[in-house]
Amino acid sequence: MSWILNYLGKWPWIWSFTGALLVWLSAILFTGGYGSGGMITAALSLAVFTVIVGLGQMMVVTLGPGNVDLSLPANIGLASAVAMKVMAGDDHLVVVGLLAAIASGFAVGSINYLLIRALRIPPIIATLSASFVIQSADISYGRGLQIKPPPGFADFTNIQFFGIPILAIIVLGFALIAGLTLRRSIYGRSVLAIGQNMRAAWLAGVNVERVRFVTYALCGALGGLDGALLAGYFRGANVDIGNEYLLLSIAVVVIGGTSVAGGKANVPGVWGGALFLVLLQTMLNTYGASAGVRLLLTGLIIVAVITAAGGEKTTR
Amino acid sequence: MSADPSQLPMLHSSSGATFSRLQVYLRAALPAISFLLVLGAIAWLNPRVISYFGFSLMLIYAVPILLATLAQMFAMTCNDIDLSIGTFVGFVCCVVATYLNDTPVLGVIVLLGCIGLYALLGALIHLRNLPSIVVTLGMSFVWQGLAILLMPKPGGKAPDWLQAIMSWEPPFLPLPIIAACLAALIVWYGLMQTSYGAILRGTGGNAKAISRAGWSLLRAKVILYAFVGLFGVSSGMALVGITRSADAHLGDGYTLLSIASVILGGGEFVGGVVSPTGAVLGALTLTLASTQLLGFLRIPPDWQVGANGAILVIVLAARVLLSNRGRKA
Repeated sequence: MSWILNYLGKWPWIWSFTGALLVWLSAILFTGGYGSGGMITAALSLAVFTVIVGLGQMMVVTLGPGNVDLSLPANIGLASAVAMKVMAGDDHLVVVGLLAAIASGFAVGSINYLLIRALRIPPIIATLSASFVIQSADISYGRGLQIKPPPGFADFTNIQFFGIPILAIIVLGFALIAGLTLRRSIYGRSVLAIGQNMRAAWLAGVNVERVRFVTYALCGALGGLDGALLAGYFRGANVDIGNEYLLLSIAVVVIGGTSVAGGKANVPGVWGGALFLVLLQTMLNTYGASAGVRLLLTGLIIVAVITAAGGEKTTR
Repeated sequence: MSADPSQLPMLHSSSGATFSRLQVYLRAALPAISFLLVLGAIAWLNPRVISYFGFSLMLIYAVPILLATLAQMFAMTCNDIDLSIGTFVGFVCCVVATYLNDTPVLGVIVLLGCIGLYALLGALIHLRNLPSIVVTLGMSFVWQGLAILLMPKPGGKAPDWLQAIMSWEPPFLPLPIIAACLAALIVWYGLMQTSYGAILRGTGGNAKAISRAGWSLLRAKVILYAFVGLFGVSSGMALVGITRSADAHLGDGYTLLSIASVILGGGEFVGGVVSPTGAVLGALTLTLASTQLLGFLRIPPDWQVGANGAILVIVLAARVLLSNRGRKA
């Protein structure tokens, strides 16, 4: 038995996928197999948005204890408005709009880093303060915004191949790139090194501040991209469009086996965690659970998963 | 100084620096200074509010916020953070407006159970060495879910005695000021003056040292979390005493407000560095700044949240400036 556990210990993301599978099975058992494929299609198309921000959050969390980006919801909201305004409902401007949304997110990430560096504020409070300001900017900028996404863009976000959304395929490729970056590139190795021991990484010649800047900016840019895609998928920008992604982005990172103490990232786990949480909502919906029960069970499961996984044995 | 890992490279370059005595005092007085600045600005913009009723109206909502802030401060004492305090306050509001009003005995049992649950969470976090940020994140869903189950739509009624307390008009000093002083004094004495308070803060400063000296870390964590629960319950009771009826989302903004207030009041994220009086002042400052000052300055409602963020940044920047000067001296 022990070698199995040993093996599983090396693949912490297995748990999240197992969880997702179990949840899916219990949902289709309830429906008697009806809608099993549709459930996966729906889960994939919703999970994509969580995966995009989850990957960004994962990089930030990997930087070490205390590193977390709380400005994602405000960032997503602002970027969704920026994208819709720039695209102005015109199919020719889709690429420009996407770039504008990414640029808006990149700027938010840069501001976050600037606050952390210049004011030496802990990242939690820096990104929190920034999110207040960004949220206001979004409310003011996006007031009464009624622009629909360009029809081509909205259709694109809904395209499916044999039940698999095109966005899911693209984001899967993107996750692969992220995984390779983390394992093979100097930048990725630097992020892990900083998370394991910032001082050691610094002494070893890692440009700590540059890596931290890139990571926060990257997380911001991913939030921006997510905002644009969400606006396309849900056919319109909205101040509250990113609200649930604060908790979701952190939850998928943790459920997926990334260490909250930093220095250990897990890309497949972000996918597993996202699928698990989305399928869980689907399952509870098919059981006819009310909103209250859904929230209650989601919370209990997050607590149960983290309790089962346990924390780091080493003290920081 | 804190041992924030994000500062390590910088600490290295300026190691051996000392703070001048004046800078230390100035830094400690920063929460009071920012409070007086905001108050001064309000008095200058609208002198009529500086009166008994002015303060009662301006500061009444500061009472639940400062209680939630103290709850958050207890979590931060052991380097933890409670991301569920807002939804917990919301849940308490629902319990108070339903059970405590209709069947007081059951209400008291549920509220005591909440505090017990918080203590259990503290034990769980310690025993399994869990990151508090994730556990409380999960709990925030739990409290929200329970609150919605209990009260699917706004309603209920706060008990009459609670309404009477919150609308009491004591002689000479308005209620919010008395409540703020009392809360600050009690927590300051308990946490900063007693020997066990020093142990509790020590668990945030150097848990290993405290444990080697023979103190139970488990017990400390359980006690700190029980206090988070206790102050969370008080915050919810005060809040529903003011609003008179409840809503599952009543406390949603309190998580961020409480964290911001602790930091404004001079607390640090690591090292068990907290200040009860500072936290209370921070909560008062933030309430005044966000509800009153912005209104008098005619800042458009769109930008009020943003102005809150800006105030936070300014105060933190002032703190860094003071530290820098101290290092040069």
